[in-house]
Amino acid sequence: MSFDNLKMSPALEKYMTKEYRDLVERGPYGKPKKVSEMGTFKEILEEHPMCAGCAMTLFIRLTMIGLPNPEHTILVGTAGCGRLALTQTSIPFIYGNYGDTNAVASGLKRGLATRFAEQPKDVVVMAGDGGLADIGFSAVMHSWFRKEKFTTIMLDNEVYGNTGGQESGMTERGAILKMAPKGKQFEKMDMIGLAKTANVAYIARVTPTNPTRVASTIRKAVLIAREIGPTFIQAYTSCNIEYAIPTPKVMDDAKEVESARYGFMEIMSDEAREYLESIEPAKKPKAKKSESEESVTAN
Amino acid sequence: MADSAGVEVKPGQAVQAPPQAASAGSEASRQRVVSPEYMFFEAPRERAFITGSEAAKEAIRRANVDIAISYPITPQSETMQQVGALWAEGYVKEYYRGEEEFGVMSAIAGASRSGARSLTATAGPGLMRGMEVVASWPGGRMPLVLLIMCRVINAPLSIQPDNAELAYLLNSGNIIFHAENQQDFFDFALKAFIISEKPEVTLPVAVAVDGFFVTHARGYVMLPPSDIKLTPRDPYHEAIPAMDNENPPARISRDAPIQKSNFISYHVHASWQQEVWAAVERSRKYIDKYMGGLVEVVNPDADTIIVASGSAVSQSREAVRQAEEDLGERIGLVKVRSLRPFPTRELREACKNAKRILVPEFNCVGWLHREVCTALYGYSNAEIIPGPRVFGGISLPTEMILQYIFPDKKFAF
Repeated sequence: MSFDNLKMSPALEKYMTKEYRDLVERGPYGKPKKVSEMGTFKEILEEHPMCAGCAMTLFIRLTMIGLPNPEHTILVGTAGCGRLALTQTSIPFIYGNYGDTNAVASGLKRGLATRFAEQPKDVVVMAGDGGLADIGFSAVMHSWFRKEKFTTIMLDNEVYGNTGGQESGMTERGAILKMAPKGKQFEKMDMIGLAKTANVAYIARVTPTNPTRVASTIRKAVLIAREIGPTFIQAYTSCNIEYAIPTPKVMDDAKEVESARYGFMEIMSDEAREYLESIEPAKKPKAKKSESEESVTAN
Repeated sequence: MADSAGVEVKPGQAVQAPPQAASAGSEASRQRVVSPEYMFFEAPRERAFITGSEAAKEAIRRANVDIAISYPITPQSETMQQVGALWAEGYVKEYYRGEEEFGVMSAIAGASRSGARSLTATAGPGLMRGMEVVASWPGGRMPLVLLIMCRVINAPLSIQPDNAELAYLLNSGNIIFHAENQQDFFDFALKAFIISEKPEVTLPVAVAVDGFFVTHARGYVMLPPSDIKLTPRDPYHEAIPAMDNENPPARISRDAPIQKSNFISYHVHASWQQEVWAAVERSRKYIDKYMGGLVEVVNPDADTIIVASGSAVSQSREAVRQAEEDLGERIGLVKVRSLRPFPTRELREACKNAKRILVPEFNCVGWLHREVCTALYGYSNAEIIPGPRVFGGISLPTEMILQYIFPDKKFAF
């Protein structure tokens, strides 16, 4: 970003809103913030029209903290709940057509590379399970096969939340939803497996139960996409409305789903691991993994 | 031909990535940037005898294109293959084959939003497949160039020339030029970039040509030298800023009217679309300046006038010559270069004395006839004859046009 864009004209400074001043003076641009500092700095996303208790919103806030260089990031999304929050971030956001995210991101990333040889520009797709696994499936898979250098983040609420609760390919088998009145007839799509098949450089499955881990996962994914190749994060971001999860129980649900079938998983190519270690040498030997964690190194 | 094949790779051989930027000492690296005015009007030109696809290639060679995204479909494939060869030679900075046309039209939208000069091309079914995206480009105010090599879109499946697809594009907000021949295809494609990127235009430009008749046939094309190229795109002087996080983004791209359902959102959408169509109209002065106007008029004083676009113009031109030389009859001709903006004023002026107007077309639906009727309604008492029309790959013999002009005579065709 040209930081001049953010700067307030001295003559107008006193008229600028508190929110804007905070963004300039206490925002994360050019000075990365940690999850533990939440509440002490102006977040990229604060006000939004998402439902009360929405896990997706928490996940998106954490994602914004994980971005290594928000001042050089462009977000790409499509129809779905996520864009209601993404449009309110103070980062350029492209709201394209239905299911076009990974195609748009391919052209955008390559176009930016022709213009900015020295300054890496990070492109991050954030869209729902319907947007990525159903209508955008072809574009997602081909962007992976082509080794496009951007990050794809699936906000997997296992339902078409924004259109009112229809079954998606990522819905669990048997779930009764609109357009699945007898319960979904087939298994949840294995997007992680497909990402492996496409040799995606970094793949992670995550829930918002561990905020620091969400931010670090995003950070790794964006850095690896910058240098190595496509990265994919599949995040469980429950829809408390369509799945009738009481608002105070949203995180309990996330913990239950995490331990039952959505455990943290990280798959990294050797090249990606070497790159990460080259830019951020390990500070200390890795702690023993907890039971819900699973780390796999792809060949 | 050899140069259409790009980089030769033998089976089993490791593919070597072609250079992304013009390597030092290459012909591409020696290209000199010149003004559009110099490129279009002042540079010396030499005559070449080339196909329409080759004419497009020569335009792209001189267009200073940053990124081109391709997908094969007959009869377009040869052009984008040749653009691939240009990339391999360093004339184009970035190039790849996309997954299918919805993906390609989306990707080129991303490329345009990055601020890069962007090109793609398609034909018939490919245009229809990408139409959801193509119809959204103008509202996104994305300068880019789409080359269209028209072919049959309807069943039964056919690859033959037929331009029914343009009927679907007409009301999308894209600027649309229809090239008559190889020379037009070269000139229109090159000029389209400059018109597309003008600040008060900032719109995609489609340059259509009839498949095979022009793309796969040779014609004479006057070419400026290959060691010059157009000035690069300047994305910071357009109606909508580039999405590069170097300048504040346009609010509309992040806070689309879909976010809300209230009277403000309705008016945002309405005024935005009015502005898109106003921008289409504002391109007129550049079409006049760079392309010699939205129309070319021959014999405007004639009682009978043919109004045509694309290949139908060439056939009509020949029919006009035959009528004059063989029959001693003077027939008028209006060549429509620009379908959007449509030359309403120009047509009213050119046809003000006409008694009969013919609209020959290479499609079944007669979209140009409807356009002409709409433009002249209330401004002309002429009979506006729908045809002759051919489609599905049938050619349009000049005698068929003459038969429509002189129904009492008998022509063999």
